[in-house]
Amino acid sequence: MLEAKNISKSFGKNLVLKNISLTVEEGERLVIIGPSGCGKSTLLRCLNYIEKPNKGKVLFEGRDLSDSRVDINKIRMKMGMVFQQFNLFPHLTVLENMILAPTKLKIMRDEEAKKKAISLLESIDLKDKKDFYPSQLSGGQKQRVAIVRAMLMDPKMMLFDEPTSALDPEMIGEVTSLMQKLGDDGMTMVVVSHEMNFVKNFATRVIFMENGTIIEEGSADQIFNHPKNDRLKEFLSKVA
Amino acid sequence: MGIWESFYNTVIYDNRYMYILEGLLNTIIIAFFAVILGIVIGVLVAIVRNYHDNSGKLKLLNMLGKIYVNVIRGTPVVLQLMIIYYVIFKSVDISIVLVGVLAFGINSGAYVAEIIRAGIESIDKGQMEAGYSLGLSYSKTMRYIILPQAIKNILPALGNEFITLLKETSVGAYIGIIELTKASDIIASRTYDYFFPLIIVALIYLIMTLGLSKLVGLMERKLGKEC
Ligand SMILES: Nc1ncnc2c1ncn2[C@@H]1O[C@H](COP(=O)(O)OP(=O)(O)OP(=O)(O)O)[C@@H](O)[C@H]1O
Ligand SMILES: [Mg+2]
Repeated sequence: MLEAKNISKSFGKNLVLKNISLTVEEGERLVIIGPSGCGKSTLLRCLNYIEKPNKGKVLFEGRDLSDSRVDINKIRMKMGMVFQQFNLFPHLTVLENMILAPTKLKIMRDEEAKKKAISLLESIDLKDKKDFYPSQLSGGQKQRVAIVRAMLMDPKMMLFDEPTSALDPEMIGEVTSLMQKLGDDGMTMVVVSHEMNFVKNFATRVIFMENGTIIEEGSADQIFNHPKNDRLKEFLSKVA
Repeated sequence: MGIWESFYNTVIYDNRYMYILEGLLNTIIIAFFAVILGIVIGVLVAIVRNYHDNSGKLKLLNMLGKIYVNVIRGTPVVLQLMIIYYVIFKSVDISIVLVGVLAFGINSGAYVAEIIRAGIESIDKGQMEAGYSLGLSYSKTMRYIILPQAIKNILPALGNEFITLLKETSVGAYIGIIELTKASDIIASRTYDYFFPLIIVALIYLIMTLGLSKLVGLMERKLGKEC
């Protein structure tokens, strides 16, 4: 479904991604782990071209994102993204946050978008918050709204950049269980996370990154219970 | 000389108040149209520069915009006015008030551009990214997500810029525009009596700037409520 081929990215002289390749198949839940600053966010952001790689290619359903004939906005509609800082639109209510993109992009009519948004909110028990502004929600509620906002676009795949890192510990569960539910429903996901207990049960595949390269890759069981690389072992002992 | 006599002599006699009315009219015309021109130029330059910062495109236009802003902000407005009148329109038959509109509009545009840019940049980068990630284009993200938030920072600064502009039109006298300040000067130099001409004109400026401040405050409150 998604393929990154030899992508490199640097900020000035700082080479952050070094020739990374990876593929994501439909229905996979790929989790990227690694120490802070190793390039996890940058890699994730290259996948939907919010950050443009300096070298290499990203293909989504066979289409090359760097191709000028490919409409990157159309691709992004099919690749939802969830951010560490939620990035809800503070000037809009929960409902308005959700329906903005589908209606302005003329994918749905106002009424249809509202109906679908409300039923999504109902599924996460936030229907009564539909007319609240983001500032009136807790962190966990904000992140769940951000997730259903992305879901309303009916994406084929979703990217998550440390979705629980900005949350108080007692709110992490509500977000991870929503992600688990999404995964059980077959959503293809690429997730950057430090929440190892969640990753162990959630991931169908794990990538360990360090210093801009992929050092080890395998199933959750392989990575967590039978790590090969010493750097990975050290990392796991630190985060455990 | 009594105060009434002084007032009569400088304001009423020989219809001298007409100078003040003419000056006021010219000041208002120049300030009003210069504000409009300034907004048009400022918005365009701000968009070009912000679009360039986001996408890396429009390199040449961005550079021109940068030069324009730096030149305008780095030189006195009187000088810009004189250059436009005595150099650029040297041999062109053009209304002096129109020259004023152009000069102050071009001047204001640079400040407006920077105000808008700063307003846009004050919005968290994550907002732009969230817009993009939902498939919205640059212009849709700007229109529906960034600008509605940035306007709250932009508006007060714009209000201040227009108040400054209104007062700055007083240097129009340098190229012979009869605006408000010049009008008081004309009367004063005829009558050798400075008191009323200067005080009256000062009061008129004050009323206009206070009125503008009120207006901006009102708009701010209205926008504040919408969120
Ligand atoms: N926009 C940017 N401009 C300059 N440098 C950047 C930019 N974004 C990231 N970097 C640098 O790239 C490197 C990798 O950053 P990245 O955010 O991808 O790391 P990360 O693995 O996500 O870290 P964390 O776990 O702390 O989120 C860091 O050294 C960072 O300083
Ligand atoms: Mg990160």
